[in-house]
Amino acid sequence: MSTTSTVTPVLEARGLVKLYGSVVALDGADFDILPGEIVGVIGDNGAGKSTLIKALSGAVQPDEGEILLDGQPVKFKNPVEARSLGIETVHQTLAVAPSLDISTNLYLGRERRRRGLLGSVFRMLDKSGMDADAAKHMNDLGILTVQDIRQPVETLSGGQRQGVSVARAAAFGSKVVIMDEPTAALGVKESRRVLDLIADVRSRGLPIVLISHNMPHIFELADRIHIHRLGRRAAIVTPKSHTMSEAVAIMTGAMTVDDVTNAQRAAGT
Amino acid sequence: MSDLSGGPEVAVEATGASSAEQFVRRDKSRLERFQSFLHRYEVGSSLIVLAITLFAFSLIHGRTFLDAGNQSTVLQQVMFFGTLAIAQAIVILTAGIDLSVGVMALLSMVVMGRLAVDTGLPAWLAILCGIGVGALCGLINGVLVIGFKLSPFIATLGTFAAYGALVLYVSESQTIGIFDLEEKAPFLKWTGESITIGGFIINPGLIIMLGLFAIAWYALKWTAWGRHVYAVGADPQAARLVGIRTDRVLLSVYIVAGVICGIAGWIAIGRFGSVSPQSGVDANLDSITAVVIGGISLFGGRGAIVGALIGAVIVGFVRNGLALTNLEVLWQSFAVGALILVAVAADNWIRRVKA
Repeated sequence: MSTTSTVTPVLEARGLVKLYGSVVALDGADFDILPGEIVGVIGDNGAGKSTLIKALSGAVQPDEGEILLDGQPVKFKNPVEARSLGIETVHQTLAVAPSLDISTNLYLGRERRRRGLLGSVFRMLDKSGMDADAAKHMNDLGILTVQDIRQPVETLSGGQRQGVSVARAAAFGSKVVIMDEPTAALGVKESRRVLDLIADVRSRGLPIVLISHNMPHIFELADRIHIHRLGRRAAIVTPKSHTMSEAVAIMTGAMTVDDVTNAQRAAGT
Repeated sequence: MSDLSGGPEVAVEATGASSAEQFVRRDKSRLERFQSFLHRYEVGSSLIVLAITLFAFSLIHGRTFLDAGNQSTVLQQVMFFGTLAIAQAIVILTAGIDLSVGVMALLSMVVMGRLAVDTGLPAWLAILCGIGVGALCGLINGVLVIGFKLSPFIATLGTFAAYGALVLYVSESQTIGIFDLEEKAPFLKWTGESITIGGFIINPGLIIMLGLFAIAWYALKWTAWGRHVYAVGADPQAARLVGIRTDRVLLSVYIVAGVICGIAGWIAIGRFGSVSPQSGVDANLDSITAVVIGGISLFGGRGAIVGALIGAVIVGFVRNGLALTNLEVLWQSFAVGALILVAVAADNWIRRVKA
């Protein structure tokens, strides 16, 4: 269950506690992700999965416990702070403004200004520079079907919009990218494309936290799988050591991770 | 992938195809293509309406309508509510509405008049105070919308009535006539001076209005603030998630609107030649109509500020064209009312465009 401790996790959480009134959403939850890996996070509805993710992305402040970035303790007051430290989140509700174009959306909230007086006094945006870099980011990830970087996002399909979100996270995330249900709203083929995109982002060395209800997607991409149950980490498994049905059994509490191990031994695997 | 056991979901693997499935597409009808065109070029519809308006009234009135003197009159009429339309446009871009733009301008105007004429304050200082009052009114609107979470419609409906009462209180329901202005504070009515350029008569107020349009265009198109205004109007939740402080953006929008209305108050003195609490009753409706005809969506996040300028000119021509037909004034209001309804219906239709 524990990871090899020779490598410092990029992002780590220890004993997070979060209370909502009398509800204990996080009950001493641990989490860690190593450089260059994809950690899948699964858990039943109400297991505290999204509270954990919100704590990691700065949207929620835990009552107890600590979060470590590259081994250094950090505290995020809000998502902007987490982002400035290199933790990007792709939200389930695609945070894109439909009537604005792709380039504008990529740089929304972190616009770049021109150099010199035009930028400092007249606050003029460096539109051509941002457009060129936006096109580069989109090309890097192979989102080539988008011809025009100034095309409004509302003219794109659901998968392409998700592509814009992923490209934004990959472009600006320097430490970790957190993806919350990136394929939930997509069709089969569009999902496939986004999954390829996620694999692509990992191959560039960025670790990814992937939250999904879709077991095949998790088992295809994740190096390790964090199973969340009743506000804490119930187990860490890998796609090699456990099957999907075993993971689901642990997730729903039908079996503990030890039960699974014993059963596997008994079966001689 | 060998150890994937069971479950119907497993057969997800796509066979090489990397793009979304394509439906067989039929060609778009002419009407649908027109709809897409209007969706893509926001200003297109307003230019078409402008062309039709000019053409129709030229046919009816001929020379009298096209005459340079008459055109100048239209521009002079446009300069007041056209300025209000800038304030209105910025608020509407955030998916709000400001019903109090007209009375904010009137309040600034009567403050300027009272201070300059009755207390003998230098005119420029009185004007600054008036604009300050506009800013304060805008701030109050903003606090009601953001702090008290009132819908912009209700918040500004309330302040519309309240500011309107203050207009009567400050002015004591008295009009400051042209002679008083001439004698004590001629600079107040400077915005209405005539500058003749080749048969056209241009007023400083018109130039101020065009200058404000230019500034608004720059701020909306070329600064981060402008992009945030659009983003807040298009999807406030998305804007918040990318780290835009939506409350600050909204508050700044209402204050800027108040400042612009304050400047409009100064322009109004030049436009009407007096400081009268009864003037400019149509300005509110006209400003909203100008914005909507200009292709700026009432649902926020969509449209260009230049559309509001074209819209204001259209409203000016419609009022003028009808005035020349010797119809009663009430039919002008009727026409503007009809215009706004048609424009909103068109906006709804254009927004439903299919990809």
